[in-house]
Amino acid sequence: MLAAILVMALGAVLLGAALGWAAVRFRVEGDPLVEKIDAILPQTQCGQCGFPGCKPYAQAIAKGEAEINQCPPGGDEGIHKLADLLGREFKSLSAEHGIEKPKSVAVIDEQTCIGCTLCIQACPVDAIVGAAKQMHTIVASQCTGCELCLPPCPVDCISMQPIGESVETWKWKYPVVKITPAQKAAA
Amino acid sequence: MSALQRLFGFNGGVKPVYHKEASTTAPIAVAPTPTLLVIPLHQSIGGPPRPLVKAGDHVLKGQRIGGADGNVSSAVHATTSGTVVAVEMRLMPHTSGLSALCVVIEPDGRDEWIPRQAFDYRNATPNQTRDYLRDAGVVGLGGAVFPTYLKLKAGKQGKLDTLVLNGAECEPFITCDDVLMRERADAILKGAAIMREMLAAGQVLVGIEDNKPEAIAAMQAATQAANAAAGDSGIKVVSVPTRYPAGGAKQLIRVLTGIEVPHGERSTDYGVQCFNVGTAYAIYQAIELGQPLVSRIVTVAGNVGRARNYEVLFGTPMKDLVTLCDPLPDSDRVIMGGPMMGFLMPGEEVPVVKATNCVLVGSKKLFPPPPPEMPCIRCGECAKVCPSDLQPFEMYWFSRAKIFGKAQEYHLFDCIECGCCAYVCPSRIPLVDYYRFAKSEIWAREVDKESADVARERYEFRMLREERDKQEKAAKLAAKTAAGREKAAATLAEAEKPATTPEEEAKKALIAAALERARAQKEQAHPENTVALNPEQQTEIAAIETRRAEIREMAKPHLRQDD
Repeated sequence: MLAAILVMALGAVLLGAALGWAAVRFRVEGDPLVEKIDAILPQTQCGQCGFPGCKPYAQAIAKGEAEINQCPPGGDEGIHKLADLLGREFKSLSAEHGIEKPKSVAVIDEQTCIGCTLCIQACPVDAIVGAAKQMHTIVASQCTGCELCLPPCPVDCISMQPIGESVETWKWKYPVVKITPAQKAAA
Repeated sequence: MSALQRLFGFNGGVKPVYHKEASTTAPIAVAPTPTLLVIPLHQSIGGPPRPLVKAGDHVLKGQRIGGADGNVSSAVHATTSGTVVAVEMRLMPHTSGLSALCVVIEPDGRDEWIPRQAFDYRNATPNQTRDYLRDAGVVGLGGAVFPTYLKLKAGKQGKLDTLVLNGAECEPFITCDDVLMRERADAILKGAAIMREMLAAGQVLVGIEDNKPEAIAAMQAATQAANAAAGDSGIKVVSVPTRYPAGGAKQLIRVLTGIEVPHGERSTDYGVQCFNVGTAYAIYQAIELGQPLVSRIVTVAGNVGRARNYEVLFGTPMKDLVTLCDPLPDSDRVIMGGPMMGFLMPGEEVPVVKATNCVLVGSKKLFPPPPPEMPCIRCGECAKVCPSDLQPFEMYWFSRAKIFGKAQEYHLFDCIECGCCAYVCPSRIPLVDYYRFAKSEIWAREVDKESADVARERYEFRMLREERDKQEKAAKLAAKTAAGREKAAATLAEAEKPATTPEEEAKKALIAAALERARAQKEQAHPENTVALNPEQQTEIAAIETRRAEIREMAKPHLRQDD
């Protein structure tokens, strides 16, 4: 009887020690959940969610301080992914944070630009090049379409232009044709 | 000879009606030069070439008009001499109906070549030869238009066992390789000899489906001559059983050598490389004749009165070709490629490009619209015919449900889109459409993810930089303040130091006296407006003073501690 208890106790102590050691040895740096949420977010860094960037929003979601439906660029698809990851219910995009728009890039009208550098300071991904009193231009391949450069421009020379489809980016359409009931003729 | 060659098989495949006879009765004809050539710059897999000409330039036949850009890209050439009318967006031979950058050339009718000379590949390094072929615009002419120079590299062993020439041409209606082999077998084998030398290949196997006896006979005759001239028996013509898709690269390699190239690996690492016979002919033209790729053989077939093969300059509108062949009045569409894998064109005016092996004219009678799609009944017919040994029904379910990760787990990207599964499906499900949809969605997501990663990196770097700037500024300010304090302390210490010499003593006394005088003067001088005030003025001043005190009280909480 005593021997059995001792064996079990010894086992418990050994396993406890092993677990304790593993907890220290294989400690995960940072919060993997934040990383996973951040990987789903579209990284436009637009701040429409009410947080100063995608990472802070990811942290807020992880802490339960923010809803998953505050990211307009991610759209419904992004919300579905977040809902799957976090095991929450899907919610449609919250209207107060904006609407889903087609992907666009900012374009500076170089004739109007006065070289004030305000947009350069506003760009979260450093996609605008220029210097004081020199013309500015946007590196289209780096632009996330966040629209943060629009409000600071004193001469309104920046406009958003939707990225059109090209032969290279064209996608095959979903082959399932949705059947919609025919409209009833007004009686 | 071919009888001794041991053949292997591939699983699956179908035997559709071939319809090849109509276009093989007449020899290859040269299609007339059109009044306007529209040459798309992006005609191969890889990066679009950059335009090298502008509107108004005069170009010669074979002059480069698009330079290869990036690691995977291939040059594009003017296909006749003439004037560049425009470099602009024109409708592409692509299902999307979108436009892309094209060079529009108005031919001058002289068809004047650039100076042509053979390329001495024997005295050039392999890299020089590959660069030459890239700039000659040679791409795979079997339909995939992958730049050929990238495939002319031996694998890990540095040499190749077998070079496979693909003359199987398994798709219905298409006969361009068939007639090319019948008429230009010698040139094809010369091209094959160049490739064999570049790849140090032990043997060359030319795989031809056994429904092309004339092509096999022509190639065998040419092979005997070539082998006799070279003094070995390195080239063999092999007749392979007719079964669609025997002309798929992986399928033909499997039939001829028994080697099954695993998922995600290259055939060169298994000692095999496969080229289309048309590509071998293009290499011969580029190296021995010094002619870049400006034309190809195109089959015009389907709903036409006189189906035939034409040698067509790239940029010729498909409409011109169709007109040559007497299209039947009920023709309603043009397909680039065959009925199994071809793409519906957005219009007849799109140009012939390097990928155009066939211009197939269709009608409702010839290709009746498919009956409505029915639910999948899990019969498994599609898996039986899949030549890539996949499970098409699994890929279909996951593609339809948009669970792309799972579709990829079932090796969606090993699907060659041959269409066998859709051909046998009793529910008439357009399976390939689902795979194409899933593939393009996955690619688009990949691109989105890459750009998101770049944006994240740049954003994080910006945050880091701003933080660093802030710290640097604070450090600078602290250093400045410290320096100022030190200086002030030093001056104070200087002033308080006891005088040591009589001159300094006198100076100090002088300063003290001056300070004393100034103080006395200040005490004597009273501000004029505060003397002899009447009571009214005094009350007014008192009221102002109380207001000031009030404001000071109110402002106290807003003032910073150190002020």
